[in-house]
Amino acid sequence: MSADVPLLRVAELSAGYGPVQVLHGIDFTVEPGEVVVILGANGAGKTTTLRAVSGMIPARGTVEFEGRSLLGTRPEKVARAGIAHVPQGRGTLAELTVEENLRLGAFARRDAQVASDVERWYEVFPRLGERRDQQAGSMSGGEQQMLAIARALMSRPKLVLLDEPSLGLAPIVTQELFRVLGELNRETGLSMLVVEQNAGLALGIATRGYVLEAGTIAVTGSAADLATNDDVRKAYLGI
Amino acid sequence: MSRTGETAPGVTARPAGAGGAARVPRPAGPAGRNPAWLVTSLVLSVLGAYFFVYYVPQNYAPSRVDLFTEALFVGLAATGLNILTGFNGQVSIGHGAFFGLGAYVTALMMDDRAYVEFAGREWGLGDGVPFLATLPVVAVVCLVVGALIGFPALRVKGLYLALVTLGLAVLFPDLTKRFVRGTGGTNLVGLRGADLAPPDWYDWFPDVIADPLDDYVGARDQWAYYVALVLVGLLLLAVHLIARSRFGRALIAVRDHEAAAETVGIDLARVKVSAFALSAAYAGLAGSLSVLVARQANAGRVETFQLSIEFLVALVVGGTATVFGPMIGGFLVVFFRDWIDQQQRLEDLFDSSARAKLLSPAIFGIGLIVMMFFLPDGIVGGSRRAWRRVTRRRSHPIT
Repeated sequence: MSADVPLLRVAELSAGYGPVQVLHGIDFTVEPGEVVVILGANGAGKTTTLRAVSGMIPARGTVEFEGRSLLGTRPEKVARAGIAHVPQGRGTLAELTVEENLRLGAFARRDAQVASDVERWYEVFPRLGERRDQQAGSMSGGEQQMLAIARALMSRPKLVLLDEPSLGLAPIVTQELFRVLGELNRETGLSMLVVEQNAGLALGIATRGYVLEAGTIAVTGSAADLATNDDVRKAYLGI
Repeated sequence: MSRTGETAPGVTARPAGAGGAARVPRPAGPAGRNPAWLVTSLVLSVLGAYFFVYYVPQNYAPSRVDLFTEALFVGLAATGLNILTGFNGQVSIGHGAFFGLGAYVTALMMDDRAYVEFAGREWGLGDGVPFLATLPVVAVVCLVVGALIGFPALRVKGLYLALVTLGLAVLFPDLTKRFVRGTGGTNLVGLRGADLAPPDWYDWFPDVIADPLDDYVGARDQWAYYVALVLVGLLLLAVHLIARSRFGRALIAVRDHEAAAETVGIDLARVKVSAFALSAAYAGLAGSLSVLVARQANAGRVETFQLSIEFLVALVVGGTATVFGPMIGGFLVVFFRDWIDQQQRLEDLFDSSARAKLLSPAIFGIGLIVMMFFLPDGIVGGSRRAWRRVTRRRSHPIT
């Protein structure tokens, strides 16, 4: 793969649900090692963007991962290609234990290092290690979000899609969460595409950002630029 | 869901070895490393083995042994339904059809007179094939038919799937009437005593197992019971292994959260169709076993539908998504039905045994409602909760 090919390239992406079109041709890229954040109000199309990328809903346009088109690919194939999607509302499996959830994350893998990876994520998320035999549904929202992220990492992805990881979490938990995500990115070079309403925290760990408004990209720029952009500050930072 | 009183999970993004983080101690599971649990389960399994392997076939009258065999195969069909409904969340009220299919394949292969009339030709499907040799054929046929029905079932869910499978139960008896030419040209395939006799090699088993205790196990009912016991044992072990396997986790993931299952790379269609096929094979093998007791394969609309409901009841009463639940449910359903049928008092009350028989499903239904009210997660789920409550009290006495 040549260096100038982005990890994820999305161009002229249109998608929706039945007759309702939500995305009206959006363009963005994620370079290797980057954290890219997509900001936007409710209904702007943030979740739809992630769903279109991971093949959960039909879409038109271009979605290329490492130079190969992903458009029309089934979600399980997208996952196997190296994109891990942490869905909104976490999607942890309540009836399974923490450890079973993590093992499920490695479903598509056939190597012998699954067990050692499980231990590795227990060290990054000690609370999960303490609760490894506990049913996932009995944990707090913050712990379940950690589990959802750790499960996504179990597939050894090249890109993680995070859909509003702060949703329903206490502010202090959200802060912890973004600190871990930032460290993960710095120490492992893992690329992330984060969709968030909490612009302050998300821009804190991001390289670049896009602002989505009514299904089109309204503003784009580096995280630092966006954090000081007056429009963005008014709309999403409440300043 | 907002939890304001939530504490921050202590997270540290430090990869292995960086901070010399100690390996997190693994707390004992709910059932693991608990001496009381260990002793209880050991005693129960020894008593259970004695009762089922020796006491039942040696001490009970043939009709009662047959009742145990029936409980085993109803429980086996419910176990198969559990793979589909309990673990994978696809409700079927048509498993009586797979059960019937298994029974017919076995009976047609064993019998030398009955045949299938299809495409203008007569297909004998074998004459006098030994019972055990029919089992692999039944397994394969039901796997294939189950998969074929699993594909269209991908399009529907929940109540709609239940309706589609109900159609299966209604359609199956008509198909047998159309194609099967059994005793007297009807769709009933009756077997003779000689067909059902234990095979020759079975004779040395009584010598090995039972002679020291000077008992006789050569009779048809005992042969049928032992075959059912071994088959059920193997297939329960398989469910136990599946439940903890990669495939088992995929079944549960698809049941609980299809989107999450897809995001970890699970092929929904493949998992759902596999569950259908496997489940049908279990029900088919249960049907094969029924031939040893009923001495025939037969299918009527009412019976096939009733069986399908019975499997579902056994599954729900015993406990969905547990290994032993459906088997326990099978025993309860069969013995409860038998008990009601035998109640003389009901007969006196209504002056007719026919009416008492009619009443049995009603009592059965009421019993089921009461049961679901008190044990919504079935016998196994309910006892698990009770056990947890007892052990928790012991370790943390109320002060």
